[in-house]
Amino acid sequence: MFGDYSIGDLGSIFVMQGFAGLILFSVYVLMALGLAIIFGQMGVINMAHGEFMILGAYVTWMTSNLFQAYLPSLFSGYFFLAMILAFLASGALGMLVEWVLIRHLYKRPLDTLLATWGLSLMLQQAYRSVFGAREVGVELPQWMLGSLRVTDSIEVPINGVFVMCLTVLITIAVAYVLYMSRWGRQVRAVVQNRVMAGAVGINTEKVDRYTFGLGCGIAGVAGSAFTMIGSTGPTSGQLYIVDTFLVVVFGGAASLLGTIASAFSISQTQSTLEFFMSGSMAKVLTLLAVVGILMLRPQGLFALKVRK
Amino acid sequence: MIINSRFFNRSELMGFIALAAVLFVILPLTLDVFRLNLVAKYLTYAFVAIGLVLCWGYGGILSLGQGVFFGLGGYCMAMFLKLEASSVENTKIQSTPGIPDFMDWNQITALPFFWQPFHSLTFTILAIILVPGLFALIIGTAMFKRRVGGTYFAIITQAVAAILTILIVGQQGYTGGINGMTDLRTLKGWDIRPDHAKIILYFVEVVLLFACIGIAQFIRLTKLGRILVAMREQEDRVRFSGYSVANFKIFAFCMAAIFAAIGGAMFALNVGFMSPSFVGIVPSIEMVIYTAVGGRMSIFGAIWGAILVNFAKTSLSESFPQLWLFGLGALFIAVVLAFPNGLSGLWADYVQPRIDRLFASRKAKADWADNSVADGAPAE
Repeated sequence: MFGDYSIGDLGSIFVMQGFAGLILFSVYVLMALGLAIIFGQMGVINMAHGEFMILGAYVTWMTSNLFQAYLPSLFSGYFFLAMILAFLASGALGMLVEWVLIRHLYKRPLDTLLATWGLSLMLQQAYRSVFGAREVGVELPQWMLGSLRVTDSIEVPINGVFVMCLTVLITIAVAYVLYMSRWGRQVRAVVQNRVMAGAVGINTEKVDRYTFGLGCGIAGVAGSAFTMIGSTGPTSGQLYIVDTFLVVVFGGAASLLGTIASAFSISQTQSTLEFFMSGSMAKVLTLLAVVGILMLRPQGLFALKVRK
Repeated sequence: MIINSRFFNRSELMGFIALAAVLFVILPLTLDVFRLNLVAKYLTYAFVAIGLVLCWGYGGILSLGQGVFFGLGGYCMAMFLKLEASSVENTKIQSTPGIPDFMDWNQITALPFFWQPFHSLTFTILAIILVPGLFALIIGTAMFKRRVGGTYFAIITQAVAAILTILIVGQQGYTGGINGMTDLRTLKGWDIRPDHAKIILYFVEVVLLFACIGIAQFIRLTKLGRILVAMREQEDRVRFSGYSVANFKIFAFCMAAIFAAIGGAMFALNVGFMSPSFVGIVPSIEMVIYTAVGGRMSIFGAIWGAILVNFAKTSLSESFPQLWLFGLGALFIAVVLAFPNGLSGLWADYVQPRIDRLFASRKAKADWADNSVADGAPAE
């Protein structure tokens, strides 16, 4: 397997594959952050999470088209507006879904799975009817094209670097909101003890709605970032949903740090293996390793010690 | 061992008779062979649904990996049929005669070792039961002994479904890849493709289905069934009472896997091919949905759910492909929100009481008539 490559080549391969893994890592982290909030904190299995992500991707695509048609001079900066719009659109849809559907099901977590699966089917069909079945790609502004040359044999694409910086910023923002702000404290209080949180005057229903909305909004931002590195179709979200759930479960459901660590290890394993064997076998081996480890250590990498 | 001395209570007996009448008499008499073959295809999902009633409705274990077991059963059967179809005479034009066509296309020159035993029908039938059963045993033991359940179990079984699909699609040379195993022809020299063979296969399948109903009903009525329900409601109390909760869960999961595998094997026989599109995440969740729509607590309800949802899928997706996904999605949401016990719950709440009242009023009238005769007699 390593025989044909010199040590220097191998080093470059690992760096380049490692970087490809980092882009995958960014998408995983952005997807998983939203899911970690919804699944890890609220215990709702949101199978439509991928569709919320795709909504963000379509919003980005529409924004880029609008800018191209009406504001070509500002095109280089459209992405920042698109991201905010994606967050708002997915977040608003998330809050609507919470109000219509999810709030009736908090006591039946397995049923949220079925209901949100139904929701994901409807959303997919809606995307197909509105945007067409073909995948759409976003045109990148000039400054995101091209790549940075680090050494002779190592090149990193700029859009990848941008997505990664974005991921870091969003992760810090989410961590700040959840662990430092007053609202974040309320969210964690409701999660830990709903009745008690209600008794001390927290409006638990409102907190639930905004938490779900925040999770979906982050999924929308993930979709926005996703357009930088791939094209978007009505069923693109479904491709990532199982991986994302595995990332969250593998990391330990209620732990933000665990989510990041597991997204990192899964994406790195997969992209490094991908160089040495076919993509499908790399994925199979990675998933098998994750499932195997989960069977040995069901609580995931970073488990909070909770009394049940 | 059996707590209730009667195998079926009255409403179950009615359900049994109704299902038997429809499947054995009405459908074969009214449908042409093409439609009957479609029903046979729907019924393969009914096997999965019976398994899910036991494991999910009674045991409370939601498995999102039933497609894995359906697929394992189906692929075992398909491997046997494919080997028979790839005899040396049939595959003369290949560069290596005597191996399945997709292997030849992928430059494989010898039959892989794990294909060898599938020359034997006895081995194949054993494999259809044992391979998924053992696989379920391994997953179940690893998970339930560590007290992993609920949502975690659902997600992990889903991951297993994803892994198996990717593996089958990726290993084209050994599995036929995304197209699956097509062009299955004969079973021990008996052609499975013509119309009369399809009718015979349909009846074989219905008989097997009723055998599985019998087994599932038997499990439900024994103490085992009661423990499953108790476990679903209050797992800790069952554990404190001294039962090994994990073993009962493993048993229910393995039974569900075996039922699903039988369904898969019948699928390969009836439909004539097997492909990874019946293995992965989407079909696995759809199987859960059939069960939920029919009623997760009722064996007969789940079977009707499998038949009706698939019938709706075929007819609606033929005429309104766009509406179908909306309809299916709305159906899931409605089932979960409005009627969690599915069709059988609706039946038990709205139709059954009317029938009971009808019988009750007749009985009352009859009683009243008897009494009046009896009262009248001494007056004469």
